[in-house]
Amino acid sequence: MTEEREVVIKVRGVVNAFGDTVIHDHIDLDVYRGEVLGVVGGSGAGKSVLLRTIIGLNKQKEGTVEVFGEDPVPHRERPENSVQMRWGVLFQEGALFSSQTVAENIQVPLREYTKMNQALMNEITAMKLSMVGLPEDAARKYPSELSGGMKKRAGLARALAADPEIVFLDEPTAGLDPISATQFDLLVKDLQKSLNLTVFMVTHDLDTLRATTDRIAVLVNKKIKVGPIDEIRKDPDPWIQEYFSGARGRAAIGA
Amino acid sequence: MSTDTADSRSDTRAWVKTDAQARLLRVVAGGDWVARDAARIDTMLQGLGLGDAGDVEIDGSAITRLDSAGGWLLVRTKRRLEEAGKRVRDIALPEIYAPLMHTIEQEHTAPPVVMERRHGLIPFLERTGKATVETGRQGYRMLGYLGRFMIEWMEAMLLPRSNLRFAALIHQVEEIGVNALPIVGLLSFLIGIVLAYQGADQLRRFGAEIFTINLLGVGVLRELGGLVTAIIIAGRSGSAFTAQIGTMKVNDEIDALQTIGLNTFDVLVLPRVLGLLIALPFLTLYADIMAMIGGAVMCYFDLGITAPVFMRQLHQAVSVNTFLVGIIKAPVFAIVIGLVGCFEGLQVERNAASVGQLTTRSVVEAVFLVIVLDAGFSILFSILKI
Repeated sequence: MTEEREVVIKVRGVVNAFGDTVIHDHIDLDVYRGEVLGVVGGSGAGKSVLLRTIIGLNKQKEGTVEVFGEDPVPHRERPENSVQMRWGVLFQEGALFSSQTVAENIQVPLREYTKMNQALMNEITAMKLSMVGLPEDAARKYPSELSGGMKKRAGLARALAADPEIVFLDEPTAGLDPISATQFDLLVKDLQKSLNLTVFMVTHDLDTLRATTDRIAVLVNKKIKVGPIDEIRKDPDPWIQEYFSGARGRAAIGA
Repeated sequence: MSTDTADSRSDTRAWVKTDAQARLLRVVAGGDWVARDAARIDTMLQGLGLGDAGDVEIDGSAITRLDSAGGWLLVRTKRRLEEAGKRVRDIALPEIYAPLMHTIEQEHTAPPVVMERRHGLIPFLERTGKATVETGRQGYRMLGYLGRFMIEWMEAMLLPRSNLRFAALIHQVEEIGVNALPIVGLLSFLIGIVLAYQGADQLRRFGAEIFTINLLGVGVLRELGGLVTAIIIAGRSGSAFTAQIGTMKVNDEIDALQTIGLNTFDVLVLPRVLGLLIALPFLTLYADIMAMIGGAVMCYFDLGITAPVFMRQLHQAVSVNTFLVGIIKAPVFAIVIGLVGCFEGLQVERNAASVGQLTTRSVVEAVFLVIVLDAGFSILFSILKI
C-alpha cells in the first residue's frame, strides 16, 4: 500500500441529531480505495446512521459527504452515471425484494444499469451465486424460503451484482452462528481481494473485526476515532477499553 | 487494428479483435472490461471470426480495468473455444487481475441460472390451478375460523372471563366509531342530498314532489344508511384490522403472544369484533340522521319544503319498523367485517407483500359479503312481509 492513496469516501464535519439528541458531532472520516474499514460503537452510538448518511438515506444536519468526490444523490437525467452504480449495500436482514426470486433480486442492478441480454445476466447471476457460496437451486427460491444466513449471502450477491467498487455491509455477521460468521468473514475477505473492493462494514463482531478489517473506526461520545485495531486498543477511552478488554474482546484479540 | 484504435484512444472503452497467424489465432482484448459495458462486449465476442486455426491465444494484457463480469466474459470465451475443439493457452492478463481470474475460473463452473417462466400458457394454467385450490382451502379455513370464533364467543359470553379486555375494547370503539364520525357523517349527508335531488326531479313530473321525503326516508333507513356505513367501515376498519394483525404476524408478535400464554382471540380478535359490534349500529343511526338532514336541506332549497313540513311527511312515511329493519342488519355486518378483517390478518405470511395482498382481499371480501348479506336480508324481509 502506497502513501498516496485515493480517498473514495470523504466525510467532513458531519452533524446528525434526532430532536435534541446529538448522534454525531462534527465527524471527519476518510475511507481509502481497497481497504476494509470496520465501524464499531455501542448500541445507539450511530453506526447505522453514519452508514445511512454516507449512502444518502439520511440527510445530515451539517457537514458534507462525498463518495468518489460526489454528493451521493442519484443523477436524475443520467442514472447510469450516479454513484449508486458504483456501490453495493448489504442491509442487516438482506432487504431482498420479497416478491422476487433470488435470481431476479440479483438481476435488478444489472437490468437497471446495464444493457445485458437475459442469457448473459443468467450466467453472471450463476457466477455471483457461486461466489457467495449459495447452491444453484437457491436462484429460484423466494426470500421467505431462505434461512437467515442464506438471505445474507443472497443480499451480498445482489450488492455485488453490478461489480461495485465500494460495498457497505451493515452487521453482516449478526444473527449467524459462529461457523457461518467465520465463513462469511472469509468470503468478504476473499471477494475484497479478488474484486479489489473497498469495504465499509458496520459490525459488533470482534472476530470479524480482527479477521477482516484493515482499520477500524470507533464511534464514541459522538466523535469518531480511526486507526488500525492495535492502535485503537491502546486508546484510554473507557468505552474502548471496556470493549476490547472485556472477556469477549480478549478472546477475539487473543490477548 | 485501425478501426479499434479510434475507440481505445477516445476513451477506454473495451475492444477485442482477432489476429490470425499461420496456425495460431490470437484474440486480443483491451480497454475497460466492466459490467456496465458487458452487453457491448458480449455482442463483439459473439461476432468474432474464429478461423480454422487449432491453437488460440487470448491476450488481455491491454485490458485497463477488469471486474467480475468482464472476467466472466473472458473465461466464457475460453470455455467456448475449448468446446469448439480448439487448444486454448492461458489468458494473458495484467498481474493484478490474477486473484479475480482465479476466483472465477476455479470456483465458477455452474450452469446459468434458469429463470422462472411467468408468461405463456403453462404458467397461466399453473396459476389458475393454484388459485382454484387456494380458494377452496381459503373457504375451508374460514369455516374453521368461524367455528372457533363461535366457541370462543360463547365462552366469553356464558362464562364471562375477568380478562375481557375493557381498555382494548374502549380503544377499539373509539378508533372504529368515534374517529369515523366525520367521514361517515359527510358521506351520508351527501347521499341524502343526492337522493333527494334525484327523487325530486323524477317525482316532480307527476306533481308528487312531496313523496321525495318518503323515498328518502324508506331508502335511507331501510337500505342505504346501513349499507353505506358498513362499506365505509369495511374499507376503514376491516383493512386496518388486517394490516395491524398482519404486521404483528410479520414481526413475530403473534408468536410472542402465544409463548407468553395469551390467547390471540382474547387479545386481538374479540376486542376488535366486539368494538365493531358496538360501534356500527351507532354509526348507522348517525348516518341515518345525517342523510335525513342532507335530504331536508335539499328539499328546502329545491322544493321549498320547510323543516316542519318535512318532519310531518317523514313521520307519515316511515314507522319505527322501517328504522329497525335497517339497524338490525348493522350487528351482522359488524361481525362479518370484523371476522374477515381479523381472519385475513392472521393469514398473513412472513413477508411484506403478503400484508398488502391480504389487506386488499380483506376489504374486497368484506364488501362482497356485506352486499350479499344485504340482498339476503331483503329477500328475507319480503318473505316475512316486513
